[in-house]
Amino acid sequence: MKKLIFISLVLFTGALVVLSFKSGNDEPGSYPVIRKDSVASVKAFKQVYTVLMSARCMNCHPAGNVPLQGDDNHLHTMLPQRGIDGKGVYAMKCANCHQPTNTPGLHTPPGNPNWHLPPANIKMVFQGRTPRQLAKQLIDPNQNGHKDIKKLIEHADDGLVLSGWNPGEGRKLPPMSHAAFKKAWITWLTTGAFAPSK
Amino acid sequence: MNRRNFIQSGAILGGGLLISFTIPQANKLSALAKPVAAGGFTPNAFLNIGTDNTVTVTLSHVEMGQGIWTTLPMLLAEELDVDLDQIIVRHGGVDKAYNHTIYGIQITGGSSSTWSEFDRYRNAGATARTLLTQAAAQRSGVAVTNCKTEKGFVLAGDKKFSYGELAGDAAKLPAPQQVTLRPPSDWKYIGKGSKRVDAQVKTNGEAKFGMDMQFSGLLTAMVAHAPVFGGKVKSFDATKAKAVPGVQQVVEIPGGVAVIADHFWAAQQGRKALQVTWDNGPGTALNTTSQTIAYKRLAATKGVSAQAKGDADAALAKSAKHISAEYVFAYLAHAPMEPLNCTAKIDGDHCEIWAGTQLPGVDQANVAKLLNMKPENIKINIPFLGGGFGRRATPASDFVIEAVHIAKASGKPVKMVWTREDDMKSGYYRPFFVHNVQVGLDEKGMPMAWNHNIVGQSIMGEAKMFGPPPPVDDTSVEGVKGSPYLNTVPDHYVGLHTTKEVVPILWFRSVGNTHTAYAMETIVDEMAYAAGQDPVDYRQTLLKSSPRHLAALNLVAAKANWKTKLAPGRFKGVAVHEAFGSYVAIIAEVSIVDNAVRVHKVDCAIDCGLAVNPDGVKAQMESGIIFGLTMALYGELTLKDGQVQQNNFYDYRIARMNESPEINVYIVDSKEKMGGAGECAVPPTAPAIVNAIFAATGKRIYNLPIMNTKLIKQA
Amino acid sequence: MISLTVNGQPREVAADPNMPLLWVIRDLLGLTGTKFGCGVAQCGACTVHLNGEAVRSCVTKVSRAAGQQVTTIEGLSTNNNHPLQLAWQEADVPQCGYCQSGQLMSAAVLLRENPNPTDQDIDDAMSGNICRCGTYPRIRAAIHQAAKMHQGGAKS
Repeated sequence: MKKLIFISLVLFTGALVVLSFKSGNDEPGSYPVIRKDSVASVKAFKQVYTVLMSARCMNCHPAGNVPLQGDDNHLHTMLPQRGIDGKGVYAMKCANCHQPTNTPGLHTPPGNPNWHLPPANIKMVFQGRTPRQLAKQLIDPNQNGHKDIKKLIEHADDGLVLSGWNPGEGRKLPPMSHAAFKKAWITWLTTGAFAPSK
Repeated sequence: MNRRNFIQSGAILGGGLLISFTIPQANKLSALAKPVAAGGFTPNAFLNIGTDNTVTVTLSHVEMGQGIWTTLPMLLAEELDVDLDQIIVRHGGVDKAYNHTIYGIQITGGSSSTWSEFDRYRNAGATARTLLTQAAAQRSGVAVTNCKTEKGFVLAGDKKFSYGELAGDAAKLPAPQQVTLRPPSDWKYIGKGSKRVDAQVKTNGEAKFGMDMQFSGLLTAMVAHAPVFGGKVKSFDATKAKAVPGVQQVVEIPGGVAVIADHFWAAQQGRKALQVTWDNGPGTALNTTSQTIAYKRLAATKGVSAQAKGDADAALAKSAKHISAEYVFAYLAHAPMEPLNCTAKIDGDHCEIWAGTQLPGVDQANVAKLLNMKPENIKINIPFLGGGFGRRATPASDFVIEAVHIAKASGKPVKMVWTREDDMKSGYYRPFFVHNVQVGLDEKGMPMAWNHNIVGQSIMGEAKMFGPPPPVDDTSVEGVKGSPYLNTVPDHYVGLHTTKEVVPILWFRSVGNTHTAYAMETIVDEMAYAAGQDPVDYRQTLLKSSPRHLAALNLVAAKANWKTKLAPGRFKGVAVHEAFGSYVAIIAEVSIVDNAVRVHKVDCAIDCGLAVNPDGVKAQMESGIIFGLTMALYGELTLKDGQVQQNNFYDYRIARMNESPEINVYIVDSKEKMGGAGECAVPPTAPAIVNAIFAATGKRIYNLPIMNTKLIKQA
Repeated sequence: MISLTVNGQPREVAADPNMPLLWVIRDLLGLTGTKFGCGVAQCGACTVHLNGEAVRSCVTKVSRAAGQQVTTIEGLSTNNNHPLQLAWQEADVPQCGYCQSGQLMSAAVLLRENPNPTDQDIDDAMSGNICRCGTYPRIRAAIHQAAKMHQGGAKS
């Protein structure tokens, strides 16, 4: 039953998208499952995975409650804690150091107006996940912040996701451009969000 | 020496009393001959009692965290009979009167302030009390023997005079040639302690550090230093720097280019915009990797004899068991929380300096020489020091001179400020050292031969402060030379190879002991295991003729329940070391988590003789232990092509709250000679930690810091 | 001109909006209790409260504080009598004292949000503040003590 509702929702949004494509409006969140293609999907996810496991993404999706730091994913010095809302605790809230924009200079706090980790109830851990585990986790509403496919697609343009490509001086960029990532992300999702075998 | 001959008393304008001392060879104190401005600061008085009842104690040593701001006034208050909270405390300026009672120059260092001033400050208080009592006797007609003091008053019969009321009369009396100090049984402060006098101003932002200097017309200067030690400015283009709003001037000084601006931020922006071409010079040849190889090679050869007995080589050849170790110790930055800074104002033939300095007299002389002025025309003001650890005692007055150069070149009063990066990259470090140690054990596992060669730069030699470089600089070998362990070894040799590098070096909290204690206490631990003995038992055997080492070791072993089995996953290590006349034993309890060490608990015992302020001693043990923990875990500067690779606290880490262990300090009830406190806990901390790591992992760490070694728990 | 409220006082500063709040506080407003230690949010010596949060003023542009409430160590209490200040004095926490303004400002947020912090809470709140003198054991003890005083009815 649930499955049926999901499919119909997808179809419904798909219809909308077709329309919006035609009108040239690329308003996010309106992509359909165009066709199921497990090979293309898995292939796309493998690209996605390299980005999500890069320092710029994984450092804020740690296995524990402390963010990671640096291109070598070491535990963030001074061990700031996730907190309930993902925004740190007490005198060590993320925004106490992480400003709305990157602070100039090497080894200074990178910035974003919404700098945070996933909240405690949905930790969205990337660190240590195999491609298969991560793919399944990403589309599991109970583990992805109740994001449907539309919300997931939108998430590619989330400000904090984008900041991975504006990491501040001296930090390594994700292994592909944001456009390439977004393309792979959407391909993965719209070809059925298949998980790799491992 | 008969110190009482040097006591002087006199009047200040307005009728107050001041008490001063001088050292035998010093000139007559000039300031005493002339009246001092009413209510004004009396530069060479130790004690100044105003007619308004103010009691001002002037310190011959500077406060940099060690608590001397409290301890010296305690000594004086003990004899003067005033409450500590009645006392106003100040740093002295430069005056021969403030010369160290032993070292003969004005210096705060060597963990020596308390013991070296123990008599002088008590005498100051006792002299004043004697004079005030005499004055009260005269005024009341009551015999001196029937007068007594009580918390700022003299009680003469049924009359009561405040010290302020008597100060004028007392000042006219001749200084007593003999004063009677209170017997220990009467002590109210000494041995009991006091709260810190400076805690109030250090909790509400009022405490003024050098960095906090502000006055009308004062500009902030920042210097672009040569990136390589010994480098020079080839050329520079200040166009862009001068275009930064707030930048006033850009001037070249020896070794760099200074940007002078309205405030710190403008100066910093200006320095970023400044374009300098450097002549790096031969310093670029220096690399840590090649330095390590070269030093190791040298350490394998016999150095200049620092201590020798018998024939170590022959005995080594005959020994039953041979232990060999090669230790490498990196350059270390002191990294006090307050980055170095100095304010300089030149006015005609006078210059005024504000600097947190441990060596004000030397700074005065260096500035006078640079400006070609009389030393007395250089006024040195000393605010609180935001940490020192030796860095603020540079014989070359590096950061003071730099500020004066800028003030001179610009013609403006300037506050020269270093950033953290400047502080880390611009030198004066604990030198890089390598030790090569060969120990031969007899059948019972006890040492019978010991060959110990040390390689490193000479602090004393490069300081040039105490005459020509000695063939063997004691600060390079202290802790090995004179070690109680070596005294038990019939054939031993301690050799030193003194090297020269472009890297400026300096004493760093506990100086040579930072590395010698590590080598000694880890190899003795190795020897204990090789002998199949418990590390505490083994040390007790070797130290049987060293009662003070034993006192500290036995106390800490008892308090830490050394022989009691620990919880699974927890391991202990021990170390004991004498430095600056105090004997500190430490037991560290660790576990291994994620291939790294976690120090959970540190027990510490000290025999420092009389602990004047026991809680202050405890605070210094805690401080030294955490300083030692940082050194053990993270302490390392590396050089590549003559440039320091580390920049700031992200790559030169300092232990934080989450790494801070539980610390318990125990003071040996001791009647022995007084020793120091400030530096004494640093040396045994790192070896105790790595000895615990050995217990946990079976791995010996020969190269600090520990972070470079992946630790694996033993199955 | 940028307007902000510092320790309850409305202030106007002629500053570049990019100028770090630290230097506005110290060099333009003359409040020197807030310290410079690293300049890159590593040491916490520059910690002040921005709308009650313990921001590192060395990396906080003054523009972020425009129209906002800033509290520095000078404004933590009216008479050096915040429970933390009293506990700091009682436990003889400060040594050189340079980092203590920042330590206190961090601890004040901890205590406000958690009146009875555990050792773990203290680690989680205070590990962003470096003390080179190693006063951590006393800071820990003083925070516990202040929590007791606070609960005993002392004013915050």
